Amino acid sequence: MSDLETFRAETRAWLEANCPAEMRTPMSGDDDACWGGRNFVFQSEAQKLWLERCAAKGFTAPAWEKKYGGAGLSRAQEQVLRKEMDRINARPPLSSFGVWMLGPALLKFGSEEQKLKYLPPITRGEVRWCQGYSEPGAGSDLASLQTKAEDKGDHYLVNGQKVWTSYADKADWIFCLVRTDNTGSKHHGISFLLFDMETPGVEAKPIKLISGKSPFCETFLTDVKVPKRNLVNEEGQGWNIAKYLLTHEREMIGETGGVRPVSEMAADIAGLEDGKLADPILRGDIAQAEVDDWAFKMTMGRMLSEAKAGASLGAKSSMLKYYGTELNKRRYELLMDVAGGDGLEWEGERSNDGRLAKSWMRTKGNSIEGGTSEVMLNIVAKRVLEMPGA
Amino acid sequence: MGLLLNEDEVMMRDMAEGFFADKAPTAQLRKLRDTKDETGFDRGLWGEMAEMGFAGVLIDEDHGGNGMGYMAAGLIAEQIGKNLSATPFLSTAVLAATALSKGGSEAQKSHWLPKIADGSTIMALAIDEGGKHNPRKTAASAVKSGNGFKISGSKAMVSDGHVADQIIVVARTSGEVGDPSGLSLFMVDPKADGVTVERTIMADSRNSARIELNNVEVDGDAVLGDVESGDAVVEAVLKAGRAALSAELLGSGQEAFDQTLTYLKERKQFGTIIGEFQALKHRAAHMYGEIEVARSAVLAALTALDDDDANADLYVSMAKAKLGKTAKHISVEGIQLHGGVGMTDEYDIGLFSKRIRVAQEMFGDANFQLDKVATTMKF
Repeated sequence: MSDLETFRAETRAWLEANCPAEMRTPMSGDDDACWGGRNFVFQSEAQKLWLERCAAKGFTAPAWEKKYGGAGLSRAQEQVLRKEMDRINARPPLSSFGVWMLGPALLKFGSEEQKLKYLPPITRGEVRWCQGYSEPGAGSDLASLQTKAEDKGDHYLVNGQKVWTSYADKADWIFCLVRTDNTGSKHHGISFLLFDMETPGVEAKPIKLISGKSPFCETFLTDVKVPKRNLVNEEGQGWNIAKYLLTHEREMIGETGGVRPVSEMAADIAGLEDGKLADPILRGDIAQAEVDDWAFKMTMGRMLSEAKAGASLGAKSSMLKYYGTELNKRRYELLMDVAGGDGLEWEGERSNDGRLAKSWMRTKGNSIEGGTSEVMLNIVAKRVLEMPGA
Repeated sequence: MGLLLNEDEVMMRDMAEGFFADKAPTAQLRKLRDTKDETGFDRGLWGEMAEMGFAGVLIDEDHGGNGMGYMAAGLIAEQIGKNLSATPFLSTAVLAATALSKGGSEAQKSHWLPKIADGSTIMALAIDEGGKHNPRKTAASAVKSGNGFKISGSKAMVSDGHVADQIIVVARTSGEVGDPSGLSLFMVDPKADGVTVERTIMADSRNSARIELNNVEVDGDAVLGDVESGDAVVEAVLKAGRAALSAELLGSGQEAFDQTLTYLKERKQFGTIIGEFQALKHRAAHMYGEIEVARSAVLAALTALDDDDANADLYVSMAKAKLGKTAKHISVEGIQLHGGVGMTDEYDIGLFSKRIRVAQEMFGDANFQLDKVATTMKF
């Protein structure tokens, strides 16, 4: 048996023995995820156990080195682990901006001291992070951000406002883009700071969305003192780190895995006549969505393998983000078409408190957050197709 | 699934890339068209393709081929699509080779397959009867007569039918028109009594034919396989044909996009390169996304065919649906974004639009494939 096959056999056995039965059912949304953190309330003993077992094994951040709380897996082993987890429908043990975003940034740009301090608690689900990027005047044009960090010798004094900070009201720490220099071009003078959300002067206010939910906050920063050792890399490197991270974020948002096929949901909701959905036009639209969904998944796989083979994904991630989010919006429009009036119920038990309608409204943000579809198309045109102009 | 090419496939792709760009660019198609060439392709070119191993790519080594498989066949078809090369690759090396390999007796295989691989025999598949592909509507019939059959019916859209040395005819041996099963394949000599072949030059300046069969008598050993298993062979042939056409559409769609993009970077109006306009940038970037996603669909379908994946038929239909839509979208946008010159014969974009129209129609357009996808996925 090859080393990889041995690893597969061991992993399969470990998952069989350690993944609780309750953690082998599909999640129906963000609410079912395990986010971890100081204030997180586990939904079940199984959820807690699953996190602890995976964390001890390094499986919450499998590719990270062991000293940082990972399992030190190779890319190939990581794929095997993912496949084996999919095989038994295992839920992700931890959903974490720390694993997805801050981790990759620290691993590339952080000091050894910072990596050892911040990464292990992330993998154990002990510290939950949020991302402080957008501001009221800096959305698609992120580099025009104005939150100011003044050099006060041993610390920075931070003043400004962030917006669209995901789960800032539930997070323990924030990684935040601030302006340390106002003199050069807007891309220069941006720095990357880390601080505790309990620091005096930090206040997070949830924003109520059209979905009725509040996954985002406005975050007000008033005379917040941040020790200088919490600066990642050097002053002025913030934009490089942010760009690197946005690439990760775009790949993540573009990902559509783990959702039930829309055709299956449509068959459940609307029922079949002679084995077919009764509405032939809707049937055609759903078939097209299934084709695009499948082809898009194949594209994610292909582009990631190409990147592994030595090429960089770079601006291509903007295409994936654009395509994946537009596809997800289409999927929910189709589900709403299928459900009709039943899908429009916003409250009450029958609709599970409007789960479908609220998810549908939530998807509208997919093509806005992390860079709008229009900005993604601009980036593709400029960086991939090398078209002229701004 | 990573969808990366292995070393042999990379070599095959590079070889095909150089070969078709060099020997059969769009200029050759224009010449064949303008001189009203009777064959419609260059027989010398087909001989060279056989020497390169292209003709035998789906034929095993025991029968004179190299058996490289569907991915390799797709890579060749992609380059054919990119250059709009007129060749009997689809009709002979893909459709006929698959029909014989999957359905033929050992005697049929050893007689015909080496002749396909060495380029000496051209074959055509006669399956469609009306304007739209729909095998279950096959009305052509083969009735038992003595120890053979009598075949009657009308066939259309038979690629390379006017120059084929042998025609593989799909005819009904049981059931009624509309039944999904009851089809068989027969080797028919176009010179036999009762066969009338009319060449039909299509919009893409390529060859097709309408074929009339009027009580054509064939021997019992003209059946490919036996009449009971004909449906499975028809399915296998269509699967291979749809996959190859998807790969060809990928080549044509990608090239039409690349030429359009080049034009957007050169053309000046209002004192600026028109590619600076955001309205055009967004359309180009959207097309880029679609063609990349379409490329993965083709690679995944070809991989599934080579792996004999249980879902291969579904994936092939998905790929044909995706490529049909995507290539058509690019060809429509391509002419529009070229503006006035896009309407001239001088520019190639019109040639691509025409070939894409034909290729997306063959063996089922996107709507046909989507219906098949929905049925297979049980909704």
